[in-house]
Amino acid sequence: MSTQPPEYAKKDFMSDQIIRWCPGCGDYSILSQVQTVFSQLGRPKEEFVVISGIGCSSRFPYYMNTYGFHTIHGRAPGFATGLKVTRPELSVWVVTGDGDGLSIGGNHLAHLLRRNVDLNVMLFNNRIYGLTKGQYSPTSEVGKKTKSTPMGSIDNPFNPLAFAIGSGATCVMRSIDVFAQHLRDTLQAADTHRGTSFVEIYQNCNIFNDGAFDAFTDRAVRDDRILYLEHGKPMVWGKTARWGLRLDGLALQVVQLGDDLDESHCLVHDATNRVLATMLADLDGSDGFPVPVGLFYSVQRPTYDGAFGAQIREAKVRLGEGDLHQLLHAGDTWKV
Amino acid sequence: MNQADTKNLEQVVIRFAGDSGDGMQVVGSQFTRTSALVGNDLATLPDFPAEIRAPAGTREGVSGFQIQLADHQIFTPGDQADALVALNAAALVTNLGAVRPGGIVIVNTDKFAKLDLDKARLSSNPLEDGTLDGYRVIRAPISTMTKDAVEPLGLKTKEADRCKNFYCLGVVYWLYGRPLDATEAWVRRKFKSPYLEANLAALHAGHAWAETSELFQNHYAIPSASLPSGDYRNITGNMGIALGLAAAAVKSGATVFYGSYPITPASDILHNLAPFKHFGVATFQAEDEIAAVCAAIGASYGGAIGVTGTSGPGLALKAEAVGLALTAELPLVIVDVQRAGPSTGLPTKTEQSDLMQAMYGRNGESPVAVIAASRPNDTFEVALEAVRLSVKYRTPVILLSDGYIANGAEPWTLPDIHAIPRIPIDYAKAEEAETFQPYARDPETLARPWAVPGTPGLEHRIGGLEKQDRTGNVSYDPANHQKMCELRAEKILRMRADIPPTQVHGSADGTLLIGWGSTFGAIRTVTDQLLADGHRIAHVHLRHLNPLPGDLGDVLSRYERVLVPELNLGQLVRLLRDLYLVDARPISKIQGQPFFTSELRARVVAAMA
Ligand code: SF4
Repeated sequence: MSTQPPEYAKKDFMSDQIIRWCPGCGDYSILSQVQTVFSQLGRPKEEFVVISGIGCSSRFPYYMNTYGFHTIHGRAPGFATGLKVTRPELSVWVVTGDGDGLSIGGNHLAHLLRRNVDLNVMLFNNRIYGLTKGQYSPTSEVGKKTKSTPMGSIDNPFNPLAFAIGSGATCVMRSIDVFAQHLRDTLQAADTHRGTSFVEIYQNCNIFNDGAFDAFTDRAVRDDRILYLEHGKPMVWGKTARWGLRLDGLALQVVQLGDDLDESHCLVHDATNRVLATMLADLDGSDGFPVPVGLFYSVQRPTYDGAFGAQIREAKVRLGEGDLHQLLHAGDTWKV
Repeated sequence: MNQADTKNLEQVVIRFAGDSGDGMQVVGSQFTRTSALVGNDLATLPDFPAEIRAPAGTREGVSGFQIQLADHQIFTPGDQADALVALNAAALVTNLGAVRPGGIVIVNTDKFAKLDLDKARLSSNPLEDGTLDGYRVIRAPISTMTKDAVEPLGLKTKEADRCKNFYCLGVVYWLYGRPLDATEAWVRRKFKSPYLEANLAALHAGHAWAETSELFQNHYAIPSASLPSGDYRNITGNMGIALGLAAAAVKSGATVFYGSYPITPASDILHNLAPFKHFGVATFQAEDEIAAVCAAIGASYGGAIGVTGTSGPGLALKAEAVGLALTAELPLVIVDVQRAGPSTGLPTKTEQSDLMQAMYGRNGESPVAVIAASRPNDTFEVALEAVRLSVKYRTPVILLSDGYIANGAEPWTLPDIHAIPRIPIDYAKAEEAETFQPYARDPETLARPWAVPGTPGLEHRIGGLEKQDRTGNVSYDPANHQKMCELRAEKILRMRADIPPTQVHGSADGTLLIGWGSTFGAIRTVTDQLLADGHRIAHVHLRHLNPLPGDLGDVLSRYERVLVPELNLGQLVRLLRDLYLVDARPISKIQGQPFFTSELRARVVAAMA
């Protein structure tokens, strides 16, 4: 057996299936980045498993030349947990969407995150139902007019990152379908983290919710609207002007950098600070605030699969390999 | 000294009833252990309320335990009790109907004050108003006598009162000539000082009181039964299934992964399995029923033996995932410990009303294998059989048990573990990569390869979308869909090759009683009684419900009358009528209770008239 990490090209991770997403869908870019990243992680191809639920995003496994399981609506975390705890050496990736992960599967996602199973979740957030043809989703904005909400939706949306942090996630990140390099870096980081890595990926559905993220992803405005979060770096952004985040009491405040203020006056990102992560997750680009992407939160906590395996090993050390004869004859037995 | 004569009994039915906080289940299980150790055949039935502790003294809070023991083979916990121990007024009035006329009733007279009668919703005192006429009543101030017995130990009043179940046990041990040593040893293991001494004191005081009080005319002996030779232990259905699953892990060498969400009456399987980690059993308490089955399927996908356990409401929630497992063609065992439905129903009461749900409760054409345990002592074997079929045919197998089997206990002949066949696990291998197709099939079983992640060269995708024959690629082709539906159905039918010929107990023609599940005991007893009376009658009890045994049609055709006793409104009977065009008739009961042999006998006789 060679211990040399395998050499792969992106095409080694491309399956032979015809891709059935709409032309122009943001899913294409995500697929391409994932294929590239997998080829560079230095793991044998057979160790990757991609598990999805139902929805446009959940067709993802069919297009990856890895092991893949397209399961049922909202339940991918359950399948992934059962697999990972019995086969901890595998690299397990859950693909879900805003409907799959936060509506029908919200319960399972919350429990996956609190357990901290060592796997990676990519939640493609397009703020709409695509596969069922255009109903509002649990991340759609209030007032969204769709086929099922002709007068505008009246539900307050979920904030996926706040949901993840609140559920006890140990690693919370965000990237965007069209930010190819950033997305690849984010997925690399997800792979490295021990525990559940939760990655929200803003994904454009050009059929039912086109341009949902244009306000901050358009090339013309991007640099002035996006805050790239990096642990230990001051939180500053902007090209036409430079801006920074400061604390004003218990709230974040935007300040313009210039003659009196510079980076040293801005808040330094601490990805281990849960309160800060929650405040950052709340920023949505309104009121002059940026849209943060990158690493919001990352801490180390024992993984569920690690503890699961440790208990089994401990039982074997304490009690020895199970003796079936002894087990059946345990307690009160008698002879006839 | 009591000069009571010892009378020999062939069999006796005893019932204990008290508050759910009174420890009646402990008394029952101690009596069961001791009786088993002296060599009686026996069967037991606990009867407890759904509430953990309904208000003390109320009818709703009454917990009961019935045991039948005999000097010969028996199959049920008995119909009517020969003796009842009632620890309070509510327990007396709710259980008296279960006692035969002339039976012994031992009552704790300390619990018949005005307040006790009020809590039991009684306007007059049953000790005085004639309610107990026609019974042999033993009036015993059990609470007071228990208090006196444990007094030297300085317990608080409440703690002292809690020893009264052992006092009762002492009384009944004397009455039925049982030795005290097994229970003494158990108390020593289980309790710490001063409760250890207190419980022993209560046990001995009860025994001594019964012996010296001269209230009993007789005491009884039940000689040992002549059972087949072997090593025995008592087993409940929920323990038998857990042991069977542990054995499956050992015999396959694969991990048995048990994913479950607590639900009455299946939770004990999870409790029983959790300490079996060193046998290769992994247990997972999921966030809900759906996650439990999904995790089990995920484990199977990775090469473990995925098992999930539940009751009827949980099976309903798992339906979609079971459909995925059957189209993904992965092993999966679903244990359904049935309870009375629909909806939440009667959670602690027994019923056989999930057969149709097991057969058909999924969207689409979705056949799965269905097998059933028939008594506590076949659950071990049935659990192994479920795993064996599931692994061999790569398909979900639903194992039906029920509350009566799950919590009932009877002696079980311990199997020779070397005689249990291995469960072969044949994952697809990397060497097959060149020719590998995820949906190619074994020509005999129609099973597809079990290609687990981590195997180089076998990377492939599966899912709930229809798959092309052989390649497993997503396919919307109409003819392919028909072919795949037929293949999945055919695969289940191929299991007939694994089903032994139908065993017929009784005559070769005449009336056939055909049943499944926990009605075994009642049907077998009635059949034996009617055979002894000279009737032409036979009993077939089905373990395999889907597919049914290949020879069943022939068997049915030999009888002029086919009767199907079931604890539902007629489910197996519909399957039989549907599949065999036979004029099978139902004998239904749906009261949350098993058949009494006397009532079943009367209904069978009426149907034969
Ligand atoms: S409907 Fe939207 S999300 Fe779905 S494939 Fe088309 S563009 Fe993509």
